[in-house]
This record gives sequence, C-alpha cells and structure tokens, in this order.
Amino acid sequence: MRIWPIFKKELRLYFTSPVAWVVFTIFLLIGGYFFYSIFAFFTQASLQSAMNPQMGRELNVTDSVMRPLFSNISVILLLLMPLVTMRLFAEERRAGTIELLLTYPVRDGAVLAGKYLAALVLYAIMIGLTVLYPVIVVYFARLEWGPVLTGYLGLLLMGATFIAVGVFASSLTENQIVAAITTFGALLIFWILGWSADYAGGTAGRVLQFLSILEHNDSFSKGVLDTKDILYYVNFTALALFLTLRSLEARRWKG
Amino acid sequence: MIEVDHLTKNYGPVAAIRDVSFSVSPGQIVGFLGPNGAGKSTTMRILSCFMPPSSGAAKVAGYDVFHQSMEVRRRIGYLPENVPLYTDMRVAPYLDFVAEVKGVGRADRRRRVADVMDRCLIADMQNRLIGKLSKGYRQRVGLAQAIVSDPDVLILDEPTIGLDPKQITEIRSLIKSLAGRHTVILSTHILPEVSMVCDAVIIINKGAIVAQGPIDSLVEQFFPTSRIEVEIAGPPPAVRDRIRAIPGVLTVHDQPPANGAARYTVEAARGRDVRAEIFQMAAQQRWDLLELKRVGMTLEEVFIRVVAGEESEEAAAAEVAADGAAS
Repeated sequence: MRIWPIFKKELRLYFTSPVAWVVFTIFLLIGGYFFYSIFAFFTQASLQSAMNPQMGRELNVTDSVMRPLFSNISVILLLLMPLVTMRLFAEERRAGTIELLLTYPVRDGAVLAGKYLAALVLYAIMIGLTVLYPVIVVYFARLEWGPVLTGYLGLLLMGATFIAVGVFASSLTENQIVAAITTFGALLIFWILGWSADYAGGTAGRVLQFLSILEHNDSFSKGVLDTKDILYYVNFTALALFLTLRSLEARRWKG
Repeated sequence: MIEVDHLTKNYGPVAAIRDVSFSVSPGQIVGFLGPNGAGKSTTMRILSCFMPPSSGAAKVAGYDVFHQSMEVRRRIGYLPENVPLYTDMRVAPYLDFVAEVKGVGRADRRRRVADVMDRCLIADMQNRLIGKLSKGYRQRVGLAQAIVSDPDVLILDEPTIGLDPKQITEIRSLIKSLAGRHTVILSTHILPEVSMVCDAVIIINKGAIVAQGPIDSLVEQFFPTSRIEVEIAGPPPAVRDRIRAIPGVLTVHDQPPANGAARYTVEAARGRDVRAEIFQMAAQQRWDLLELKRVGMTLEEVFIRVVAGEESEEAAAAEVAADGAAS
C-alpha cells in the first residue's frame, strides 16, 4: 500500500496553498472569541458566587468553561470542515488529474487513505492549537485534565466523522462548492435530528437522539468514555469511507 | 506487448468502441489514428486501467487490464489527452511524487527524476510551478511523468496537440528516441506525424477498427496504383486522350488549365512507370512538357479513403434501408 506519498503530497498541498493558514486563522479567531466570552462569564459568575456560597458549589471550570467551549468548537467545525475536505476528490476530477492518479499502481483504498489521513492530520493540528485555552485556564484555576483529554478525544472522533462525510461528498462531484454544501447539509441534518428528539418522544425520540452527531460528543467533554459514542463515530466514519470507495469504483465504470 | 481482444465499451446505450482487436509487438511505436470521437481515448483509457471494458479483454505485457490491473499499472506510463497535472506543485517535487507512487525506490528516485528531466529538456524548469508553465513545457512534464518509472509500455493520448511547430518536432524526436526501449502506442489525428514517428498504424472510425498494419503495406493495400502528376502545354482533350492511350494507364484527371498549360493526374497500375512514355508522347506531339513527377501515396490518402469510404457506404446502406421501408 503506497499511502505515504499521497498523504505527503496532500498534506503539503494544504500548507503550500493558503487553505491551511486561512482555516487555522479563522478557526482560532472564532474559537478564541468563544473562549474569551465563556471565560469572562465564568469570572463574573465566580465573583458573584463569592457573595453567594450556594451558587459557588455548582461552579467548576470543567463544567462551566471547557464543556461549553467544546460544544462551541463543534459548531465552528461544522461550518469549517466541509471547506477543508471539499477539494480532495472534486478538484482531481475537475482538473482530470484523477485519470493519472487512478492509473498509478496504487489501489483506490490507498489513495483514499492518503487523502483522508492528510485531512485528519491537518484537523488534529488545528484542534491541537486550542490546547492553549485549557493552559490559560490552568493558570487561573484548578482544572481536571481527565475530562479535557476525553473532550479532545471526542473532538478528534467527531472531526474524523466530519472529514469522512466530506471526502465522500467530494468523491461524488467535480464541483468543490457542491461538495462543500452537500457535506454541510448532511452534517447539519445529523445535528438537528437531535432537536426533534425531545418532542418526538418514545422510541422514535431515542433513535433520533442517538443519530444526532453532536449529541454523542457531549459525554466526552463530561469525562465519560462510552463505547456507544465511540462506536457511533467509528461506524459513521467507516460507512462514509466505504461509500467513498464504492463511489470511486462506480466512477470508473461510468468513465 | 499489447493484445486487445474483441474489446467493447458502452457508455449507457452508446457504444464508444465495438469489437476492437489488435496487437502491438515489443519495441514498436504504433500510431492510433481516427477522427475526433472515434474511440481512441476510450481504448487508451481501458489499456491504462482507468476504466474497465464492457466486454472483451486487453492484455498489457501479458497481464489482463481488469483482473491483474496492478501488474499492468506497474508496467505502463500514461499521458492522458489534456495532460492533467497538479498545477500547484513544482516540477521536480511533482516528478518525485509520481516516481514514489509508481514504486521507484528512494535511492533511485533522485537520479531517475534528474535523468528524465534531462531527457525531456525541462531541467531548467524544475523549480517552477507547473501551473505557470507554457503548454509545451507542461506537455513535456506530462511525458516525463509517464517515463519516470521506465515502464515497458507507454500510452500517449495526443502527445503533440496544441504545441507550436518547433515543440512538435522536439516532442516527436523525444518519442522516437523511446522506440526499442519502450513499446509505444500513441494516438493522434495529425497524419504526417504517424508517418514520421510510427512503425505501424491502427485506424479507428466510429468505434471500430477499419485498417491496421505497417504504413507501406496499408498504402499498397488501399492504393494498388501509382500516381503521376504531369503538366503539359497542349489542347487538354487531345492530351488526355493521348495519355489514356498509353498502356497501363487507368485513369486521367485534368485540372483547369492555367497559363495555357493544364495539369493532369495520371493513375497507372502499380509497378508500371509511365513517365518515359508520357515524355515520348509529348515530344512526338511537340507539346511542351512543363512538369512530370511521381506522387507518393500518403497515409493521409489512405486515411481519407478508409474513413470517408466507410461514411459513403453507410450512407448508401441507409438509403437502401429507407427505400426498403418506403416500398
């Protein structure tokens, strides 16, 4: 399997083009703003709780800063990740380079793996940059690192799913915009499914709740590692990647 | 080296190629000729393992393009029609990437890339972005990526399209230099190119092969006559009749006279050289013989005859069918 050269090429392309830098900048800008407002609110609340010990018992940085921060970051990712993945196959198809790539002695699976891993590594670097936020928190307050670690694991798993969906959408079209919108739409639908869970109620409600893509992330940021959440993301990713492989093969037959 | 056996490819209800069979022996350069949309690119895409055939089989270097695709891919270099390259990469890193994907070892790679850049005359462009290169240089980078792994078989889809005359000559001599070491199949619709570069031709039209073989034998097969052009200052009807009277002459066509002299195209049975007789005849009649030359039949004429002939046959068949339907 010659994943390495393709992985290298794709990752290099992110950084030699403005894509990685623009995405990092925007992500950190919005992420930083969220962190600032959440942390500022927390500071204010702690100040008030000094006069109201009842309230102080409820207050801790893990629950009041990190958890909302992770959930806010998820929303940025929902908007940003489709733009990171849209290029992967759509651009190759538009430029025709896919014709060369798919006639080199590499299996479709290796091409997919190389591209997928490149996007995943870019993503890991991106969320890695936000470690700065808990580090700032630790400077002012006592932070439990456990839930922070599981929170990042949750982000990583969720991002892996986002990227898989994005790669699949990118393999369906030669138009990058179409790929991005399809990815965004698909992710958004899986997100808002959870909203209807409340009034659907009963089994239907529970099913909808379970399908929701952001819902599963919450327990990670609470410090809970639940196999059902891990399996959800792993299965979702595997399914999207499998569909991508099929889509690549279908394109070959159609020519 | 390449064996194609009853290959058919359908795009939905439309057959791009039908029942195509041919073979290419090692070290040969074969030209794949046909009008636009004849099925050249489709055949090459199947040979390069980009897409599978609908039916039939193709073997490259003894391996089946569908069942042993990886083995085939290791042994080919492919240049698609519009030369798709990564425009945001630089030349040398791009070739290094291709070499690595094609499985050239790390130790060999640097030397191989340098060598291939020298051969394709792109060494001084190695640090340029591919997207900023001119069409001619891009074509050479495309060729370089095809030969960087030193493959047995090269599949080149219209390698000289869109180049200026100087670049065309350079690319041609480059391709010619590949003969012997590599088996080359190249498609084109520039006919003189084929006569210059190729050992044999395959002519395809509307998805089916209409002629194949070495160029000389094809010309002989389709033109069993020899042709002479002559310009004589004399009364055209009389001149025509005199020429026709020469034994061996099959047909005489005259072109409109200019400056009192008329040109005639004379076709004689192959092997009969009637030039001396025409000269004698003109001298006897005291007509001025202004020009007398033998015209070599070219591939171009074979091509036009084969492709156009098929069209008129088809038109005739359609007429017959229409008549049948009417009655």
